[in-house]
Amino acid sequence: MELYLGIDVGSVSTNLVLIDEDNNVHESLYLRTRGQPIRVIKEGMQILKEKYENKVSIKGVGTTGSGRYLAGVIVGADIVKNEITAHAIATTTFVPEVQTIIEIGGQDSKIIIIRDGVVTDFAMNTVCAAGTGSFLDQQASRLNIPIEKFGELALKSTVPVRIAGRCTVFAESDMIHKQQLGYKVEDIINGLCEALVRNYLNNVGKNKEILPPIVFQGGVAANRGIREAFARALGQDIIVPKYYNVMGAIGAAILAREATNGQKTNFKGFAIADYNYETRSFECTYCPNHCEIAEISEEGKVIGRWGGRCPRWEVI
Amino acid sequence: MKTLRITFPYMGNYVHAFRGLLEDLGYEVVMPVKPSKRTLDLGVKYAPEFSCLPYKIVLGTYLETLPKGVDRIVTSGGVGPCRAGLYASLHEKILKKMGYNVEFIVLEPPLVDLKGFYKTVQELNYKNYSLWYIYKAIKRNWRKIKALDTIEQKALFLRPRELTKGSVSAKYKEVLQYVINAFSEKEIAEAEQEALKQLDKIPVNLEKLVVKVGMVGEIYVLLEPSSNFEIEETIGHLGAEVKRSMFLTGWTRDNTLPGKSEELVSVKAAAQPYLPELIGGHGQDSIGNAILYIKQGFDGLIQLAPFTCIPEIVARTILTKISQEHNFPILTFFLDEQTGKAGMETRLEAFIDLLKRKKLQKLERAKGGNIDGALSWN
Ligand code: SF4
Ligand code: SF4
Repeated sequence: MELYLGIDVGSVSTNLVLIDEDNNVHESLYLRTRGQPIRVIKEGMQILKEKYENKVSIKGVGTTGSGRYLAGVIVGADIVKNEITAHAIATTTFVPEVQTIIEIGGQDSKIIIIRDGVVTDFAMNTVCAAGTGSFLDQQASRLNIPIEKFGELALKSTVPVRIAGRCTVFAESDMIHKQQLGYKVEDIINGLCEALVRNYLNNVGKNKEILPPIVFQGGVAANRGIREAFARALGQDIIVPKYYNVMGAIGAAILAREATNGQKTNFKGFAIADYNYETRSFECTYCPNHCEIAEISEEGKVIGRWGGRCPRWEVI
Repeated sequence: MKTLRITFPYMGNYVHAFRGLLEDLGYEVVMPVKPSKRTLDLGVKYAPEFSCLPYKIVLGTYLETLPKGVDRIVTSGGVGPCRAGLYASLHEKILKKMGYNVEFIVLEPPLVDLKGFYKTVQELNYKNYSLWYIYKAIKRNWRKIKALDTIEQKALFLRPRELTKGSVSAKYKEVLQYVINAFSEKEIAEAEQEALKQLDKIPVNLEKLVVKVGMVGEIYVLLEPSSNFEIEETIGHLGAEVKRSMFLTGWTRDNTLPGKSEELVSVKAAAQPYLPELIGGHGQDSIGNAILYIKQGFDGLIQLAPFTCIPEIVARTILTKISQEHNFPILTFFLDEQTGKAGMETRLEAFIDLLKRKKLQKLERAKGGNIDGALSWN
């Protein structure tokens, strides 16, 4: 079987998918990055190796996410793409009529506006936690509720509670306050979901024309409370695609297929799971910018460098 | 008479023409160095926290240059009611406090106020050269600025079309020296010709499909690449052609532009319906130019604005409206000392992808579904 590999390396999760010519997803892995992207990429490759080595042929590899360049040099990517493009490609493949993509992950969130199948506008939030999954994680642990239960509980809410959610610090103190006032926990949770949605729409979604069909993806899309809160706030149905939490990786795989277009792939093979990778960083002193250069070597040989403001270190 | 030592803020290639002019006026020029991380760190340390990025970088530049011994600083003023007008006096205050006794001379851009420009030039003329002499010096260095602009625009055109990534930037850096080292108008003209000739020798693919991106915003972050993470180069390498709205000469080689130096007038006219008032800085230019880019069939627009820059914030609100009305993609970058290159690159890449896919779709439609195999982004 001929498959395409897509890898999305983010700060919270690293996802790997295998798709075929017809966009059927044969495998999807969702792994925690835990600040060690190289290790988790190898781990993912190891899993794939055990299941697929000698059984399938990888025709192309694409990488995306904040660790896309790193992943790219490790696996030998045919294409390295930003996460906006990757997400948009995946979504338009599965929901061709989509006009708005809401993506909320653990550390960041984005909105992508699509008209006639092409991206026309987008915005990203990477600085403020109040509109991302980590906001929910934090509050869930405050309330001692497993995050998986969060969404279900929110749906049980009967009394609306408004939580000030402009920023995580305010949200927290307001939540404690509401708890002390004796509000039920499900109402508070629902209030938190609505606060996150409000935040998202006011920051990331500001000035964007949010038209249906609206697709909601990213790790947080699993949370039904948030999904319902979006549906209420926008007065529209919210579509959560089957592979909502690995859409970036799927997009990367689709892009890899486009990029190779029948030509030979750069993929180094599953063997990379056993290679030895080392990183180091140093300060460049050639000019007063003093860039912090990160370097990665494979089996003792340098395969990539980043961090320079000029191309000095780019050539290997 | 003692020869005075003078310096000025760093601003793109133009520093070389400033230097030429000041040397002609009998100064010993203490050249500022290209702003680096160290420059910004210095500026951030001594500038008020909420001042804008250009203010911090320029202060940092002074702090790097002044220890070399400087009597005078010549800098530009602001346009309209914006704090840029107070820049020089605020800088002066901080520097005085730090023990630097340096005299500020504030030069108004000649295109805005020719008379004021002339007056300041007289102030600068401490050696009492004849008017004729000064006129010649200005003319010569103005010619140099034009040459610098011309070859820069050539590089912007060629970069997305180069066959080997980086070849244009490397050659450009080299040929800039020809112009920088030229003195007389004749030499400058020759250097310019030679530079263009060399650039034309770089292997490029002129058939390549390239998206065109206009760039507007606040003057400093537009003109000094180190303040915007060399955004023009990055865009070029992503396969898009950038056209910056602002060149010091206000002079453009693009023949497709209607009119010649009427450009400035028409920018104002174009902005009229949206923003009839001068809001200071270059907010009005940003809007006017956006409209002109749309009329010229550009694929998208990038706005560069210092974080907290009021004129550009106002402009942005209007640009959002323009973007919706004209179905014209616009991306704004707010720059401050916290801006990271990686995040900026991600958004830029996504934006250029968007423009490319959109353009391809448009071309496909125009051709009735089947597009010519010859169209290629590579
Ligand atoms: S990488 Fe380039 S810009 Fe950075 S310090 Fe070294 S020479 Fe300077
Ligand atoms: S134009 Fe913007 S950046 Fe310049 S001084 Fe005014 S507010 Fe600051």
